[in-house]
Amino acid sequence: MIPELGEFALILALGFSVILAIVPLYGAASLKTLWMEYAKPLAKAQFTFMLISFICLGYAFAQDDFSVQYVANHSNSQLPMQFKISAVWGGHEGSLLLWALILSGWTLAVSLFSKGLPLDMLARVLGVMGIIATGFISFLLWTSSPFLRYLPRYPTDGADLNPLLQDFGLIVHPPLLYMGYVGFSVAFAFAIAALLSGRLDAAWARWSRPWTNIAWAFLGAGITLGSWWAYYELGWGGWWFWDPVENASLMPWLVGTALMHSLAVTEKRGVFKSWTLLLAIFAFSLSLLGTFLVRSGVLTSVHAFASDPERGFFILVLLVLTIGGSLTLYAFKAPNVKSESSFGWLSREMLLLVNNVFLVVMAVTVLLGTLYPLLIDALGAGKISVGPPYFNALFVPIMGLMVICLGLSTAARWRDTSIENVKQQLMLPAMASLAIGVIFPFIYGDGFNIRVFIGMSLSLWIITTVAQEFKGKFRTSSSVVGKLKQLSPSYYGMMLAHIGVAVTAIGITLVSIYSEERDMRLAPGEVIELADYQFKFLGTKPVKGANYVADQATIEISLDGEKVVSLHPEKRRYNVKRSMMTEAAIDPGLFRDLYVALGEPLADGAWAVRVHYKPYVRWLWLGGLLMALGGILTVFDRRYRKNAKQQGVAHA
Amino acid sequence: MTPKRKKRLIIILSIVLGSSLIVGLVMYSLNQNINLFYSASQIANGEAPVGTRIRVGGMVVDGSVKRASDSLRVSFALTDYEKQVNVVFTGILPDLFREGQGIIAQGKMDENGIFQAIEVLAKHDENYMPPEIAETMKAKQEAMK
Repeated sequence: MIPELGEFALILALGFSVILAIVPLYGAASLKTLWMEYAKPLAKAQFTFMLISFICLGYAFAQDDFSVQYVANHSNSQLPMQFKISAVWGGHEGSLLLWALILSGWTLAVSLFSKGLPLDMLARVLGVMGIIATGFISFLLWTSSPFLRYLPRYPTDGADLNPLLQDFGLIVHPPLLYMGYVGFSVAFAFAIAALLSGRLDAAWARWSRPWTNIAWAFLGAGITLGSWWAYYELGWGGWWFWDPVENASLMPWLVGTALMHSLAVTEKRGVFKSWTLLLAIFAFSLSLLGTFLVRSGVLTSVHAFASDPERGFFILVLLVLTIGGSLTLYAFKAPNVKSESSFGWLSREMLLLVNNVFLVVMAVTVLLGTLYPLLIDALGAGKISVGPPYFNALFVPIMGLMVICLGLSTAARWRDTSIENVKQQLMLPAMASLAIGVIFPFIYGDGFNIRVFIGMSLSLWIITTVAQEFKGKFRTSSSVVGKLKQLSPSYYGMMLAHIGVAVTAIGITLVSIYSEERDMRLAPGEVIELADYQFKFLGTKPVKGANYVADQATIEISLDGEKVVSLHPEKRRYNVKRSMMTEAAIDPGLFRDLYVALGEPLADGAWAVRVHYKPYVRWLWLGGLLMALGGILTVFDRRYRKNAKQQGVAHA
Repeated sequence: MTPKRKKRLIIILSIVLGSSLIVGLVMYSLNQNINLFYSASQIANGEAPVGTRIRVGGMVVDGSVKRASDSLRVSFALTDYEKQVNVVFTGILPDLFREGQGIIAQGKMDENGIFQAIEVLAKHDENYMPPEIAETMKAKQEAMK
């Protein structure tokens, strides 16, 4: 009964999204206020029924209703409750339902926090989101309903959730990532609404900015969490694999980063308008492309889900309609968009433009590397895969160039800046970062290393230039505290995010170069040395978990004869699927991780053991979180609220 | 030319130059870094180059997995149900590496016709068969009909 209710609620939600897609847009086009007024209640109704539908599925999971196919395939009565709930989005159908729920959630949020928006703008934005919702909910209902039943004969127990997904990381990672992916639909909807109405001014950019920044922050947090999850759960200590599924999330993030910066220029200076629109369209299109790549199974990936050509085809059609439709609209309307000011060669605008170009180029190289195997296959020229060296060879140098520009932009002013001025401001940071970059590998490592030098200098370049600019803010003011209060949250957000880039860069540099790793056969009592640490293997003992049995090893780690920690990596065997899982054990630290994973059992109680020494690996995710936090912080700017009030008054 | 046009010309030229440079670099590094996929039969027939990084996929032959007693060296055979290729790997195999399981190995062929794997990938799904293998199998089945 409950699953049928869920299906019914989903059909109702589709009904509301169809009306949402038609009525307000028609109202905006024909200036009928009443029709436009329908947008808000429709957004609420759509969200309510999506939520009911989602709760119904969650209920089916919690109650172990194995007559529902999706539950039977992704859950099991032995599964702990928190994983039963997260199993709702552990497979294709449920994660799409989550996707649609989040989409309707964003729609609701726009309708609630839009007091400053003129009615026609709001109607258009919500209408466009209604169109997207219509596409996705029909996709759910027609090709991947999670509520289908096994009737009359249903299994007595479920097939269990993939053990890799039975983890805290999976409870949080997909919702965060989807918040980001789907959040770009708001930026997209704003772009389309701007094209439809022809209204593309500073006010438009100001409305669109907070939504874009929040979506970007969620996507960044989602990617960061995914990387962390892969690190501890896959058992081989890697944090980024250039896997197609990872690339699929990175591309919209890169374009989203470009969009965020471009929107800032559009708001402040009234230039780059059509470019901003194009980025908004592409950020969302890449989110859709990501969904298509993950869901259609066209790519061989380490963690692609079960595939189905029909579903792939449906998303491909959605993708073509979205990109084709929005670009056609863009082609007709964008030429009317005029810039409001000009800028010189050395100006903040120019540097932000260069940053945009770099980000887009990075996204394109990732896209090429991801799609190239598909293309070659389609041409019948053989089966290939593109390895990490390709991505590293292109991504790292461009990233480096971009970081240089980041530092320069802190010294550049809007419109135009004199070279003398920039030189004067940046001489000290440049010297300091180069000097520390040279010294660092001598102190930390055992001699000069060009890659450490470049990586560290670039990271320090960001930190020192940001600090220099921050210091510059106080030159004219007498009271430090007063100035600190006066600076806007978005300024602090920007600083935090840029420092985050530096922190991530330091992490990547040091963990890539100074990591040590050994795979060894270890009998009980044997010791391996790695990076001055001694890892002593004390044998394994069997342990029993809620839905698995495991061999748990004890490995005692000591440094210069003094015990540091005892780690207990496990080799688990899950009861239902009989599948093996490596559970690595990690001793985390701000400056180094010690990472131990079990391979397979060998003769005489010996095991294949993998040990890693990972310096500064935490910095990578710490930086990612700082960036996300910075993105969130920008939204608390008073001008967004003040503006909302003023506009509200003007409207009343 | 007016200064405005000159500026535009410079911008357009630099965009054209920049993008062709990027495309060139991309194509170059793509060609350096693509790994061609070979089936066991193709390797047995000597179609695979020696010393170049390639991928080979197939099912692990039952009873072929042999471990060294003093190191992590493992040898096994891969088959596409027609011909076999011997693979040697030193290190820790993925959790789902099993006899009868479809896997993909990345590495190089040596002069003795043995595949020296650097990386072994198995899918985290017991019914999984790498698409590349699935396709060669399908072609085989159709040829047999």
